[in-house]
Amino acid sequence: MKRLRAFWRHYRRNLAAVIGLAILSLVLLMALSAPLLFPTDPWEIVARPFIWPLQDWSYPLGTDMLGRNVAAGIFHGAQVSLLIGIIATIAALFVGVLVGALSGFYGGLTDDVLMRLTEIFQTVPAFIFIFVVVAIFNPSVQIIVLAVAIVSWPPIARLVRGEFIALRNRDFIQGCIAIGMNDLRIIFVQALPNALAPVIVTASVTVALAILAESGLAFLGLGDPNVMSWGTMIGAGRQVLRQAWYLTAIPGIAVLLTVLALNLIGDGLNDALNPRLRGRS
Amino acid sequence: MTRAFRIVRRRVLQMIPVILGIVVFNFLLLHLAPGDAVDVIAGEAGAGDAGYMARLRQQYGLDQPLPLQLVRYLWNVVQLDLGQSFRQNQPVLDLILARLPATLLLMGTAMVMSILFGVVLGVIAAWRVRSLADTVISIIALLSYATPTFWIGLMFILFFSVTLGWLPTSGMQTIGTSQTGLQAAIDVGRHLLLPAITLALFYMAIYTRLMRASMLEIYGQDYVRTAQAKGLSDGRVAFKHVLRNAMLPVVTMIGLQVGALLGGSVLVETVFGWPGLGRLAYNAVFQRDFNLLLGILLLSSVMVVVANLLVDLLYAALDPRIEYR
Repeated sequence: MKRLRAFWRHYRRNLAAVIGLAILSLVLLMALSAPLLFPTDPWEIVARPFIWPLQDWSYPLGTDMLGRNVAAGIFHGAQVSLLIGIIATIAALFVGVLVGALSGFYGGLTDDVLMRLTEIFQTVPAFIFIFVVVAIFNPSVQIIVLAVAIVSWPPIARLVRGEFIALRNRDFIQGCIAIGMNDLRIIFVQALPNALAPVIVTASVTVALAILAESGLAFLGLGDPNVMSWGTMIGAGRQVLRQAWYLTAIPGIAVLLTVLALNLIGDGLNDALNPRLRGRS
Repeated sequence: MTRAFRIVRRRVLQMIPVILGIVVFNFLLLHLAPGDAVDVIAGEAGAGDAGYMARLRQQYGLDQPLPLQLVRYLWNVVQLDLGQSFRQNQPVLDLILARLPATLLLMGTAMVMSILFGVVLGVIAAWRVRSLADTVISIIALLSYATPTFWIGLMFILFFSVTLGWLPTSGMQTIGTSQTGLQAAIDVGRHLLLPAITLALFYMAIYTRLMRASMLEIYGQDYVRTAQAKGLSDGRVAFKHVLRNAMLPVVTMIGLQVGALLGGSVLVETVFGWPGLGRLAYNAVFQRDFNLLLGILLLSSVMVVVANLLVDLLYAALDPRIEYR
């Protein structure tokens, strides 16, 4: 609790990071309140088409070319974006931390094999990979999460590996090895907590990149057809860009603000968690 | 043996297992996909009796054990045979090579733009750190880094093409004109401008932030203070002593971003109707042309490997201390 308060004291010094946190909280609130505020399916036609924003207060963000409520789409889309971004990142963290920790801790052949594997996944162009996998196995939230996770773990693995190489030679780890502590216990109980700070910073950026990837995929028509996603809305709005640009602009701004917020939070966490940088701007 | 040769040799030896891994991975994806090529052909024909399908499978070797098929696939790839696109009845490699120049033009232009603007903005921000210019540049970089590429492309079309009517909305050339020489080049350039800027923005943001951080770090080092102390001008210190070293992390990042740039061009090409690899991939998805899709995935991975080799050489040219064993 005390450490948490100390952390917050450092974090709140960074105004941009606080703004980022506020925006993300708002998006989270939108995602959580979507089923309450907009209980009807966001795909459902509720009014006449092409009501512009701020014209009719029952539809503050207007309606699309079929008469669907744009505000409902934005709120439900927040759910999809955050869900995919967060779950894919958790999966990527799991694999990345495991591979990086084993690689950095054991070194030698283990390191060689695992790093070659990482290199393979890092060489394949990420978005093209996601695109091909989702196309082959048909779009669903599960496949999208899986594909995004597969391209997201290598940078985390490299980061954790670097931390573990440095940690391995520290006295307290050498001490653990000397008293014959179980390897897994050293890795996860002793070393990992000391390597977590940069991982947490990277995680917020990973969520941001995952959200961008999902929106791009949905824009190309490879989103899960059963859920309303911001990218899908942009793709649909594109057809009527000339007549009703707000249908493209609004969901795009939603993606932009969410990704921006996550990046700002990442910068803030970096400043607050990295004591070497404290005092520098 | 020259230094450059040693670097190339070491890199090529490292590349082999990576490319081999990617090929095997590709093969597995193709076999995990629901339905094989024969199903696609049979579906095409409307129906397929079991005997005919079995004969086709035999013909393509799809009835053989998986390891044997893998060996055959590897052998084909080594001979640069990426298989046939069953939809377009052409070798996959030919289809890809026909589209490659357009994508390379788009990527290359975007890359040059992003490096140029990123480095210049980063240098200005570091030079006038904590000034108004620094703040404005940081905000531009933050926004560019968070903006979905395809979306800003659409907004550019809306503003520059639809509203102002300055630039064409899509394609690579004006259709129905037979221009030659300079005129044709200008026409392509006008079509290229918006897609290239769209693709460049995200990477410009990365290079700006990296360049700023890297310049600031190097300004704090002793040898820079020495250079300043012996009375060199500000400009000479900035360009001769700081810039060259500050470029190193940027060069590394360029190598890391080549793959992402290729992925980004899929989106940008779709938005601007640019006739490159991305459009080819987009169409292949909706025609369920898996052979073509995996060919694109494989070839773009190879492009990343080659680009990394070039970046290594560039890195060595910038920093003579680098020695590869």
